[in-house]
Amino acid sequence: MTAPDAAPVIEVVGLRKRYGRVEALVDLTMAVQPGEIFGFLGPNGAGKTTTVKLLLGHARPSGGTGRILGAPLGDREVRRRIGYLPELFRYQPWLRARELLALHADLMRLPRVGRKRIYGDLLDLVGLADRADHAVGGFSKGMQQRLGLAVALLGNPALVILDEPTSALDPLGRRDVREILRTARDRGAAVFLNSHLLSEVEQICDRIAIVDHGRVIAEGTLDSVLGERDTKVRVEGLAPPGLAQLSTFGVPRFDGHDLIIRAVPDERIPDLVAALVTMGVRVHEVSSGRESLEHRFLELVGRPAAGGPPKSSADQPGASA
Amino acid sequence: MITIARLTIGEAARRRILWVFVLLAVLAVGITAWGVDRLVAAYRSSGSAEVGLQFGISQLLIFIAFQFSFVLAMTAAFLGAPAIAADLESGVALALLARPIRRSSYLLGRYLGLSVVLIAYGGGASALAIIVVARISGYTPPSVILPVAYIVAEGVIVLALSLLLSTRLPTIAAGAISVVAFGLAWMAGAIERVGIAFAAQDPSVNLEIVGNVGRALLPTDGLWHGVIFGLEPDVVIQAAKTQPLAEANPFFAGSPPSPLFLAWAVAWVVIVLGLAILSLRRREL
Repeated sequence: MTAPDAAPVIEVVGLRKRYGRVEALVDLTMAVQPGEIFGFLGPNGAGKTTTVKLLLGHARPSGGTGRILGAPLGDREVRRRIGYLPELFRYQPWLRARELLALHADLMRLPRVGRKRIYGDLLDLVGLADRADHAVGGFSKGMQQRLGLAVALLGNPALVILDEPTSALDPLGRRDVREILRTARDRGAAVFLNSHLLSEVEQICDRIAIVDHGRVIAEGTLDSVLGERDTKVRVEGLAPPGLAQLSTFGVPRFDGHDLIIRAVPDERIPDLVAALVTMGVRVHEVSSGRESLEHRFLELVGRPAAGGPPKSSADQPGASA
Repeated sequence: MITIARLTIGEAARRRILWVFVLLAVLAVGITAWGVDRLVAAYRSSGSAEVGLQFGISQLLIFIAFQFSFVLAMTAAFLGAPAIAADLESGVALALLARPIRRSSYLLGRYLGLSVVLIAYGGGASALAIIVVARISGYTPPSVILPVAYIVAEGVIVLALSLLLSTRLPTIAAGAISVVAFGLAWMAGAIERVGIAFAAQDPSVNLEIVGNVGRALLPTDGLWHGVIFGLEPDVVIQAAKTQPLAEANPFFAGSPPSPLFLAWAVAWVVIVLGLAILSLRRREL
């Protein structure tokens, strides 16, 4: 990620969009920084696709302001530096994969020198090197989505907007896409990822925004949105008066079986276990984790998950003592 | 614009649309040639005067051109109708218009590309038909280029209309409306002509307004009279000067379209394409 004081790649303030009587966006405010993968989440009808359309100039806002790569929303020339993979990825079926890239290179007015190599590299990157001269119409959905990703990455754009980029991919394809997006970020591009796949967002996004009913209801790093980690220790023989001795690790909570302390640094967990053992407490299991993005998401959009809060994939493996 | 025009022509060639047109044109000209050959043989064996043959063949050519102008108008309508609508409906336009391309360039590129396809097909097929008939029958119309140009211009005008409708309507609706509009424009011209015959009986009958309105709204019928005029032998035009009711025949033209009308036809295309650009610009994807 780049320094937070760098000019945002996307900055929208109070963005509104009305379709007749329906307000798709009410008051959308958010900023995407250069060199970050930004996850844009929300339930169906929250205004995600509308936001993407406004960012690309496919639709005009009813109110509010916005800038994309320093240009006002709807600016045509700035699109030269933007790559886009639509959710409804459809390309001319009669074109060959290489020809589709050439078409978009023409539309972007990319220099002609070195184009063949660029097409080859991109098709190789998305795993379609051996299909370069095959017609797009014969591609599976997953292959078309991979090709769409190659189209979006053409010309090393400063901003890549991806609308559900792995919806048609198998787990292997999804892993490939994650790697490709990390590589794009590492070369300095910002990635705006509109996705329903929360586990995926959790794995690759530096920051996220959750949108609901046309406004952003949470924005920030995963840590700030999900909250700090809890360290949970399953114990036997811990008497409530002994809790006071653990206050150096944080504020302890104890329900008779599990001792929970928020925000214990990873390097202090062995000290916590040692302190418990010294107190004569038997330690059965130690785990550290936080709410999963899915649980937090459902909580934020007012649809609580059934059962207890599931832990995120960032959970550390449990340890027994 | 050129990129989109190339893409459009490439699509017509790759999807075999162009080759189907070529095949149909060759087939139609082949059947016409066979029919004309049989007619000419039958006429000459009867020992009738050659001038009658010339008149007959010119009328046959006009009838063939009439049929073909409808075929070409339908072709134009169904090439133009999906040109924008199908891209919008399928989502192809989402990726295309996210590029630094003006919507006007996209639309004009589509128009240019389809016009090339239409001109190649319409021009090629009609010129081939006239030349083949001339070789078989010995009757060469006063001009080959003018009727071909007028017939192709009719197609290019219908194409502009269908492209305008394509920015707002689904493919089928845009195509159907364009074809119906072409038919109505022809009927307006025919009603005006029939009105001339009635006016000879009752001077208070004046249906000129119907034709004028029709030609103003869609200038195809005026161009159709240019096709007729180009295919008629001089002898017919001269003879008609003494027949005031000749103009009442929808398949006769005593004069070519006026320069003013041709200027209107060009302006009409510019206006309709301008409206199409405006409509597409205002449309949200």
